[in-house]
Amino acid sequence: MITKLSTTVQVILTALLAVIVPVTISAQSLTGAGATFPNPIYTKWFDAYSKKTGVQINYQSIGSGGGIQQYTQGTVDFGASDGPMTADQLNAVQGDVIHFPTVMGADVMTWNLSSLGATKLKFDGPTIAAIYLGTITKWNDSHIAATNPGVKLPNTDIIVVHRSDGSGTSYIFTDYLSKVSPEWKQKVGFGTAVNWPVGLGGKGNEGVTQQVKQVDGTIGYVELIYAAANNLPYADVKNAAGNFVTPSLETTTNAAASAKFPPNTDFRVSITNAPGAQSYPIASFTWLLVRPNMKDAAKAKAMKNFLEWMISPEAQNMTAALLYAPLPHEVTALEAARIKTLKANGKPIM
Amino acid sequence: MATTLPTGGLSRRAATLKALTGAVRGDQIFRILLTTAALAIPALLLALLAVLVRGARPAIAQFGVGFAATKTWDPVAGQFGAFPMIVGTLLTSLVALLIAVPLSLGVAVYLTEFAPGFLRRPVAMTIELLAAIPSVVYGLWGVFVLIPLLQHAVFPFLRSLLGFLPLFRGVIYGPSVLAASIILAIMIMPFIMSVAREVLLAVPGSQREAAMALGATRWEAVRTAIVPYARSGLIGAIILGLGRALGETMAVTMLIGNRHDISASLFAPGYTMAAAIANEFNEAATPMHYAALTYVALLLFVITVLVNAAARFLIWRVSRGGVSGRNSA
Repeated sequence: MITKLSTTVQVILTALLAVIVPVTISAQSLTGAGATFPNPIYTKWFDAYSKKTGVQINYQSIGSGGGIQQYTQGTVDFGASDGPMTADQLNAVQGDVIHFPTVMGADVMTWNLSSLGATKLKFDGPTIAAIYLGTITKWNDSHIAATNPGVKLPNTDIIVVHRSDGSGTSYIFTDYLSKVSPEWKQKVGFGTAVNWPVGLGGKGNEGVTQQVKQVDGTIGYVELIYAAANNLPYADVKNAAGNFVTPSLETTTNAAASAKFPPNTDFRVSITNAPGAQSYPIASFTWLLVRPNMKDAAKAKAMKNFLEWMISPEAQNMTAALLYAPLPHEVTALEAARIKTLKANGKPIM
Repeated sequence: MATTLPTGGLSRRAATLKALTGAVRGDQIFRILLTTAALAIPALLLALLAVLVRGARPAIAQFGVGFAATKTWDPVAGQFGAFPMIVGTLLTSLVALLIAVPLSLGVAVYLTEFAPGFLRRPVAMTIELLAAIPSVVYGLWGVFVLIPLLQHAVFPFLRSLLGFLPLFRGVIYGPSVLAASIILAIMIMPFIMSVAREVLLAVPGSQREAAMALGATRWEAVRTAIVPYARSGLIGAIILGLGRALGETMAVTMLIGNRHDISASLFAPGYTMAAAIANEFNEAATPMHYAALTYVALLLFVITVLVNAAARFLIWRVSRGGVSGRNSA
């Protein structure tokens, strides 16, 4: 019996080793964790990159918060986040991080008013903030009517829908509202999860969409990709230059192109309410979190090569098919310069 | 007899003895294995508690026990309180029990006492099949089928009928405490029904026959002889359902509207502890947010243990009372 037992143990150990060893000894692999929003494009990139170069990149889309935490604890080679790390989070890693923008996303305002049919609505920032603060409660409020001349708005309650789960989508949205409404900034602030003054919470883009579709008089915000894929109506939003802009990949990229990056930027730049005549105002980067000086030379080299490929036209041209906005040249040029500064054990990467 | 044994017998005896000691050693190993397995469960429970307490420590230090009585949940300002979630958890479970218990006990009594033989097993098996459906499927069904039905038919009807009660007033959104309670009721019914049915089947036929012999009708036999005999088991069945309702996450998250608030109306959105953890843990922004969510998990753990302990106590009281009741009868 004992010999049998030891055989079993041997078999189990061998099986375990078979699983563990290739991952740990292969230098041609990187692990990362974080944001769920860019997961589809990351999956596609990592797959294409592995076919091209043989470098395996394992990415767990566990959410931005989890990505930052795993990065901080050093359990992954790189992290990913929809919101830049806060000052506290930077302190926790002693500033040992570079944020590399990868692609861009945008939030759109969607609604359900059966009496309007296919009429398209327009909003300005302060009005959206007032709706989400609960100070505008009726659809025919004068502020909504002012930006929608000629639209017969009903005298019904506005039912506000927001995300119940912490998400980058909420981060972008609340970041925007904080910029356009001092009252929002003071009362609510911005983050992946906030204390919503009014409304129902839906889990994920699909939860918000379902709520909006099922209840007349609702307004909600979802990712542009999601709204486009599901044929939801979405509103034009007034930008900082005073124009009403339709959300699209192009107007999202415009927002990044018009954003001002200081020469020594750490890329932690918010591009909501960006200047520029055709910039869509509720847009944001999503970032990879990379160590400026990695200990493992082989991994550092793999990381550097991947980043260089990621900002190349080959990778950036893959984004549109998945409805992510590609980075503008202004940003990829800055990133290319920064990638050159990456080091392995204090030495430049060959 | 030993004297008549040839030498070969002696060696055979030795072999038997050796085999025996081998068996004894096997027994010992088996025993050690089983003991380890048995002790691993309480150890796991303690480890879980330790991890929760450790993770929640920053929140415990900052908010203290007042955490359970505070309403604000503001991740940006770092202010956290679990009161609305605790109320939501207990309320949805209570309403779910109010709906599920009469239904499932009724079905169980019907299937054991009244149903024709050919119906008993198929119906019981169908109901038990409900227990095998993953909760996210219940959630999807709730979102696509139940919510529209409630929103357009059931809730307006309830409001016109019972609108004088604050419980059934206010705007109808669809996702609500009542919607979550109804899906919970559907989810816990198979558990209560199936255990209750087993318990009722275990009631000796003599109980039934004795009641009938005294001239009881079928209903009277159920009421006076069968249910009292099975009482502790039936309470156990209900507690099993309650335990499941308290911890159920996915389906509730999808139907409750996820609002950190308390309202008198069952039509209003609410929150449960499990739903809040599921929603916010992945993207918790600050260490205090993590700690607060872990504190919520700890409270859920404590509440579940308390409810189960209370249930054990109830069963113990009832079964003691049941014995003396039978003696006096």
